[in-house]
Amino acid sequence: MGAGLHEAFIASARQNPQAVSVVEPGKGAITYGELDALSDRLRDRLAQLGVGRGDRVGIYLRKSIDSVATLLGALKAGAAYVPVDPGAPAARGAYILHNCAVKVVVVEAALADKLGAELERLGATPAMIAVDGRQNGGAGLRIALDVADAQATAPGAETVPSLPSDLAYILYTSGSTGKPKGVMLSHENAVSFVDWCSEIFAPTAADRFSSHAPFHFDLSILDIYVCLKHGATLVLIGEDIGKDAPRLAQLIADERISIWYSAPSILALLAQFGNLPKHDYAELRQVLFAGEVFPVKHLRTLCELLPSPQYFNLYGPTETNVCTWHEVPLPVPPERSTPYPIGKVCSQLRGRVLDQHGFEVARGSQGELCIAGPGVMQGYWALPEQTAKGFFTGEDGTAWYRTGDIVTEAEDGCYTYLGRRDRMVKRRGYRVELGEIEASLYRHTKVKEAAVVAFADEQAGVSITAFLSSRETQRPSLIEIKRFCAENLPLYMIPDQFTWFDSLPKTSTDKIDYQRLKEMR
Amino acid sequence: MTNALTQTIKNFIMTEFLPGENPDELTETTPLIRGGILDSIATLKLVMFMEEKYSVSFEPHEVDKENLDNLSSIVRLLQSKNPTVM
Repeated sequence: MGAGLHEAFIASARQNPQAVSVVEPGKGAITYGELDALSDRLRDRLAQLGVGRGDRVGIYLRKSIDSVATLLGALKAGAAYVPVDPGAPAARGAYILHNCAVKVVVVEAALADKLGAELERLGATPAMIAVDGRQNGGAGLRIALDVADAQATAPGAETVPSLPSDLAYILYTSGSTGKPKGVMLSHENAVSFVDWCSEIFAPTAADRFSSHAPFHFDLSILDIYVCLKHGATLVLIGEDIGKDAPRLAQLIADERISIWYSAPSILALLAQFGNLPKHDYAELRQVLFAGEVFPVKHLRTLCELLPSPQYFNLYGPTETNVCTWHEVPLPVPPERSTPYPIGKVCSQLRGRVLDQHGFEVARGSQGELCIAGPGVMQGYWALPEQTAKGFFTGEDGTAWYRTGDIVTEAEDGCYTYLGRRDRMVKRRGYRVELGEIEASLYRHTKVKEAAVVAFADEQAGVSITAFLSSRETQRPSLIEIKRFCAENLPLYMIPDQFTWFDSLPKTSTDKIDYQRLKEMR
Repeated sequence: MTNALTQTIKNFIMTEFLPGENPDELTETTPLIRGGILDSIATLKLVMFMEEKYSVSFEPHEVDKENLDNLSSIVRLLQSKNPTVM
């Protein structure tokens, strides 16, 4: 077998073509054989459109069997896929697709005009394959390919044998300069992680994996590729039900999910509002969470309601995917309030804790967690300076990725997360650069100054406050400023509170005094 | 009495999600989800409030931008489920 991320899926499809690979609950399903054939057809079409090794293919689809087939098709064609949130403002999506120069975008038909207009404004004209999002079971993509074939058949192409260093996907995360930045992940990055998951979670073909995270979020890599490697079934959870705790609780039971993976925030909602005791979770054997700190209060409630599964705290930035892990020992003691450690470094990676000068700190002292090994990204798309800043080169030439997370290491090699060295926060598992929110707020004509501060919040983990001053006496109303944010930022980046001043407090050097703002809550 | 119903839901949204805002700014057509006022957790809270208060039940596909994006469409959806709500 070759080095490609899609190759383990192809092997599963050959081994058991009749097995169900992906389910859209209540709507449709597709077998391994059918998914293999559908993604082959897309590969052929992409090849006919000129896509080959080293190219990028944009995915602007809601989560569906169509979108799973699309990312497999893109990989088979030798391209890296670039999943973009179709729920975020179209201008942001167009920026991303233009930034990494996708050759083709597979787009939901209802969104194609708006996205096309935004792309054109940027001078980008990738080919578009429009997929009817109202179809189920992969029919949307199948029909789109039928229509294209009716005009000109795409000749059969070969699945491209990817090299370990070829890019498999690019995930865009919030960027401190106000624009999202693309994290480049190779086949080797992804495959080494998937193989580690096989070792730790020991999945089988009988497992049913949740797919809760959207595909532009790196949690999706575990869901999709670990599941498909082992011939298991992937249960797609759409955005509508994914945040609706009572119905989601029902769905996890009805679909007999056995391996669950999400950000802690949704598990906290399930524990509080899911009416979990009403349902039977006999099949649920592992609950994995990552993306942010899980407040112990809610984790304890969850573990008390569902005591059978194993609970794993997985940690890692998009740049490394999961790099440390910790199995939570049950039960969670009633008096515990400090969050659990992020755990030990994964076996395929190496970790070090460094001070600001790049020297290793004494065990137990605070420092920045740095990671090396086959899981570490290749860099940020077209941002060589930021890439260089993201790495520290060791004495032996090893490139250590600097996570920006401040940790301590215990005697047993377990890391505990303490905070960030910069202005990034995690919200519902998403990375949010406070600077990106500020940059957006400054675009409002009435905003003179903007400073965005994150506060710890027991309920939500983190709450975000925007401190603003206005150029005009008539300040924008709360509704107006929220609407402005919604037009310019993904929903998870909109501040919870807006506080207006005549002028923001300043330090002696006339910079905005963040320290005073932090004390103002 | 649609007005009383609208007012109850408006009061809930004002208190929970727009504290301090001038109530005149929130009209029947103000976009709530597209306008960044209701995020996913706020939407869940609103749905749970309505389910409890009006003894109705929402389907997952109904909890979306089309049905809940402004006060008048929320009231319309509520009344289609339970014509006796006031």
